[in-house]
Amino acid sequence: MPDVLVLVDHDGEHVYKSTYELLAAARRLGDPAAVVVGTPGTAGRFKESLARHGATSVYAAESGEAGEFLATPTVDALELAVRDASPAAVLVCATTDGREAAGRLAARLDAGLLIDAVDLDSSGVVTQIVFGGSYTVRSEVTHGTPVLALRPGAVEPEEHPVTAVERTLALPSVDPAASARITARRTGLAGDRPALNEATVVVSGGRGVGGAQGFEVVEELADALGGAVGASRAAVDAGYYPHQFQVGQTGKSVSPQLYIALGISGAIQHLAGMQTSKTIVAVNKDPEAPIFGLADCGVVGDLFAVAPQLTEGVAARRAVR
Amino acid sequence: MNIVVLVKQVPDTGAERTLSQTDHTLDREDADLVLDEINERAAEAALILKETTDAHITVVSMGPDSAREAIRKVLAMGADRGIHICDDRLRGADVLTTAKVLAAAVRTVEDVDLVLAGNTTTDGQASAVPAIVAELLGLPQLTHVRQLTVDAGQVSAERETDNGEATLQAPLPALVSITEKINEPRYPSFKGIMAAKKKPVHTPDLDDLFPDADDSGLLVTRTRVVEAVPRPPRAAGIRITDDGSAGRHLVEYLIARKLV
Ligand SMILES: Cc1cc2nc3c(=O)[nH]c(=O)nc-3n(C[C@H](O)[C@H](O)[C@H](O)COP(=O)(O)OP(=O)(O)OC[C@H]3O[C@@H](n4cnc5c(N)ncnc54)[C@H](O)[C@@H]3O)c2cc1C
Repeated sequence: MPDVLVLVDHDGEHVYKSTYELLAAARRLGDPAAVVVGTPGTAGRFKESLARHGATSVYAAESGEAGEFLATPTVDALELAVRDASPAAVLVCATTDGREAAGRLAARLDAGLLIDAVDLDSSGVVTQIVFGGSYTVRSEVTHGTPVLALRPGAVEPEEHPVTAVERTLALPSVDPAASARITARRTGLAGDRPALNEATVVVSGGRGVGGAQGFEVVEELADALGGAVGASRAAVDAGYYPHQFQVGQTGKSVSPQLYIALGISGAIQHLAGMQTSKTIVAVNKDPEAPIFGLADCGVVGDLFAVAPQLTEGVAARRAVR
Repeated sequence: MNIVVLVKQVPDTGAERTLSQTDHTLDREDADLVLDEINERAAEAALILKETTDAHITVVSMGPDSAREAIRKVLAMGADRGIHICDDRLRGADVLTTAKVLAAAVRTVEDVDLVLAGNTTTDGQASAVPAIVAELLGLPQLTHVRQLTVDAGQVSAERETDNGEATLQAPLPALVSITEKINEPRYPSFKGIMAAKKKPVHTPDLDDLFPDADDSGLLVTRTRVVEAVPRPPRAAGIRITDDGSAGRHLVEYLIARKLV
């Protein structure tokens, strides 16, 4: 079986769940080979959990400066791994960093690139949902080593214990004239909440939330459900919530199991980022709000009455379990 | 300082978008085309730099004839000249070919210090084009930035993504992609619109941009659509009007669906 490279998404301490999803998808095409880019020692820490999810080899691409420059160390590592393994495909997670690394790698390989896949079959055909959910498109790469970016949450992670061989890749030193240096980093403002594009539940607030303080109601419901908080652009523009949580055409695209829209009218640009969610619940006081046209459960009412009651009920339910 | 701004025309987001039955590319004829909103902000970022430094701004766009309108708009905002790559062979170009054409066009501009682009376009391009252009030009990539400072041959920027925020620094020349939060674009003035009519728009030949392309010609796409199916619109489900107990009904709804 050919190798299938998987770029490991991690924060230095933990492997993100999306990596295990990629490993599960990779097994459909061949033997998953995980590529870890990080400071020395990172791959060693991750090896066991990667092997538990089916990685038959783990490439360690480690250097002191790997985390100090944007994009290029990752692309260098993937390129080296491709040269070494001649894989059937390269899988990355369709996060901002992942898309960019995938694009740059495809340019180096002059290879076909498919981004934002929601599924992948054993013949390498990828499913994408385009135009804000209006088309399902199945595509394949016809030139070069396929570089595929999968949406987090698209594939179920699976345990599949194997023994992993560790291999080393010697990262070239970074050319500071061709790479941007990361001089400071502030982790996501999400705190303990799951990342928007990884969460199984997303609770979003819109202009109807009325202010930054009103977002407490949104956060409390998200926390009761163990979900992430999102916002409409109107809420972001009004300064109620930071931009990185914007859901929609020019924000994040999410497809959680449950999406709850509080005080969001349902403009086409917002729907573009969430209408592939499995279940959609909307609370809006305007019975004519377009969001009701696609909500599986629509509540006509004041979010400040409905959401706290829901939060309370969910918390009570969690407490008895 | 020489600045190049990459812009794209996109279907108006309010309009319905359809895929052509014959080749599964976007039916542009059907859609109202506008200058992409985020690209407009990239142009604004260039114009702000021009206010404080001696800058020359070139607008580059790849696209059908109508893309000239997008270039004209940025010229009307205050850019100095345009480059429009327009060739039927580019219909259905993939992300990589798009980036290659843009990079080749940037190479025709002498002594480029800064390439500016939007971080994403509203028509579902993969947000990877700016990073690929940086790769092809060997420039430092400062992408998804909401704040930008150019000073003494250095660019520093605040990057904002799903992984949090980062401060980036690089020497010029560099490529920067901006998010929609960076600024509010200006409206072209009447004077600007009149002046734009006299500004040069160069239309290089695709074969001149790729003199080394072999006889088989330019590789336009490395992927193939196997199937494209319109998705049925989502149907509305149940509706509850709050009588003081809707929150509790919702709890039951979620329990019944094993969502809590
Ligand atoms: C190019 C472009 C890109 C865009 N990208 C995005 C994007 O990525 N994401 C995005 O979200 N938007 C985007 N938009 C903006 C979009 O068109 C809408 O303006 C925006 O989504 C509206 O946000 P909203 O629903 O919060 O606000 P509104 O449309 O103002 O709706 C607020 C809703 O709250 C309800 N409400 C008020 N008070 C209460 C209450 N107490 N209880 C219950 N309900 C209440 C009202 O009935 C109303 O329906 C984009 C627009 C353009 C042109």
